[in-house]
Amino acid sequence: MMRALFIVFAKEFLENLRDRRTLVSALLFGPLFGPILFGAMVSRMLNQSVVESDEPLSITISGGDRAPNLVRYLESQGVRLHAEALSEPKARARVRSGASAVVLIVPDDYAPRFKAALPAPVFVVADSSDSQTRKSADRLRRVLAGYASSIAQLRIQMRGVDPLLAVPVAVNDIDVTTPSGRAVVVLGFMTYFVLFSMLMGGLYLAIDCTAGERERGSLESLLSLPVSRGALVGGKILATCAYMCLSLAINLTAFVFVFRFVPLERLGMSANLGVGTALEFFAICLPFVPLGAALMTLVASFTRSYREAQTYLTSVLLVPTLPIAFASIYSLRTKSSLMFIPSLSQHLLMTSVLKDQAIAPADALVSSASALVLALVLIVLTARHWRRESMLG
Amino acid sequence: MIEAAALRKRFGAVEAVRDVSFRAGDGSITGLLGPNGAGKSTTLRMLYGVLTPDGGSARIDGLDIRGETSAARAHLGVLPHAAGLYGNLTARENIAYFGALHGIGSKPLAARIAELARALDMESFIDRRAKGFSQGQRIKVALARALVHDPANVILDEPTNGLDVMAIRNLREILRNLKSQGRCILFSSHVMQEVASLCDQVVIIGRGSVLAQGTLQEVRERSGSATLEEAFLEILGESEGIS
Repeated sequence: MMRALFIVFAKEFLENLRDRRTLVSALLFGPLFGPILFGAMVSRMLNQSVVESDEPLSITISGGDRAPNLVRYLESQGVRLHAEALSEPKARARVRSGASAVVLIVPDDYAPRFKAALPAPVFVVADSSDSQTRKSADRLRRVLAGYASSIAQLRIQMRGVDPLLAVPVAVNDIDVTTPSGRAVVVLGFMTYFVLFSMLMGGLYLAIDCTAGERERGSLESLLSLPVSRGALVGGKILATCAYMCLSLAINLTAFVFVFRFVPLERLGMSANLGVGTALEFFAICLPFVPLGAALMTLVASFTRSYREAQTYLTSVLLVPTLPIAFASIYSLRTKSSLMFIPSLSQHLLMTSVLKDQAIAPADALVSSASALVLALVLIVLTARHWRRESMLG
Repeated sequence: MIEAAALRKRFGAVEAVRDVSFRAGDGSITGLLGPNGAGKSTTLRMLYGVLTPDGGSARIDGLDIRGETSAARAHLGVLPHAAGLYGNLTARENIAYFGALHGIGSKPLAARIAELARALDMESFIDRRAKGFSQGQRIKVALARALVHDPANVILDEPTNGLDVMAIRNLREILRNLKSQGRCILFSSHVMQEVASLCDQVVIIGRGSVLAQGTLQEVRERSGSATLEEAFLEILGESEGIS
């Protein structure tokens, strides 16, 4: 039995190594898609946030001559002003067309009301659906609030009152995220990419050696051999596992490589994704490999053609995302009771590694054991299905 | 020797095979003849053990295909109706895969494949990938794959389907050769001339039962017909009640 199993394994491994479609999806597209997308996304996010705080805020101001003091204050805060007389409708049109990001309108009654110590109106015209101009408007509002509070303090002081009376509560933020903890927010869905690329690695082989075998017409000859169906199924699943491991290894290598070049430290994050972390990830995911392989082989065994198998297996690729999505919606924390759920437990353990938290050995054990037990059940089910006459199609 | 005894098989409401018994002897070619849907493939599939009969038994050289499956299969080479190859493997690798699964060691296997390549005239394409093979080349490789373990019995399900005239002549030659080596050959067909020109014995089945069997001569005489084709129509007609 073991001999036959190995012969099947070796043949499937070799045959698919010669198949361009399998190679591209299993060893190129699948594993590299995640890291490249991820690197590009994170770099862009970083560049944006850096650009925003470095670049001076630039706005259009209408009626600035009515508020020379305010204009001086804005300029002292580094705000670039373009003076241009605009009516309110014109200002709206200007922002809507994108010609100006933000327009500040100082109306006629600003000066008289200011002098009378009544609330003096200004209008901030911005498009809150555009994240760029919303950020500029927020920055402008903060500057305006600073101006307003400094004027208020001066007025109170002039009336002989302690300006501190106007500050009843002093709010202080204490952020407890560690640098690597902050990175987890960004890296949170990286674990999904890891699981996805792993499954992707075995996808085509699982199809090829089941539905493909049937479509090619080689299945019946194979089933007429004096070889147990268990050995056939075992060899095929083992070959699928091998491709999944390869894909996983390439994927993690690519992630390590990408994170060398993504300057996460500039956001005050430390991504401890070095070779050590990658090895830990590999170990965490390894028990999930036979589970994914058995699941894909089982589902593909029920299909009649390559196309049909492809349709069903793409849904199977989504299965491991469900617990992960569930976890992020309910913001589940690592708990021992969750270690029974495959894919979720891998996700939680990998997240712990990213956060630099120690993993309880019992958790790692339960996570591996539950995945392996489920894999065994699926392998037995697949072998049983292969023993049935309906396998012939 | 291949023996079918009172084989029965039902798929849902359809009784595909009702009662099929016959015996295909060594050193002879037996043709299983019948119209489409008569139960030929189902019968053969029960004989090589991928379908479990609802009743009756199938024996290969006296070994029960159900009880002693592996031993029986070791005595049997099968060319199923759909005999596809692995396109990314060469002809040699295709054959070697099956040989290895039969448990043949690599040295005797290499020798056996060389022998088959010579016998089936495959030497010109033995190391090419099977992807672009012609139907004739494909059938040769599939046949070599079925013969790799040197079985005493060979079952072929409609082997001439899709072959051109040259390839059919070729295949006939090969089957005669196998027969002269003392093997038991059982093949199904619905092409009369093929059976008439090749078989020592015919088994005519219609609607899942054996309608007639014997040597060509016997079958012709029994129905009082001059040719096998007439005899075939005569016998089928009787069973359909239209004679």
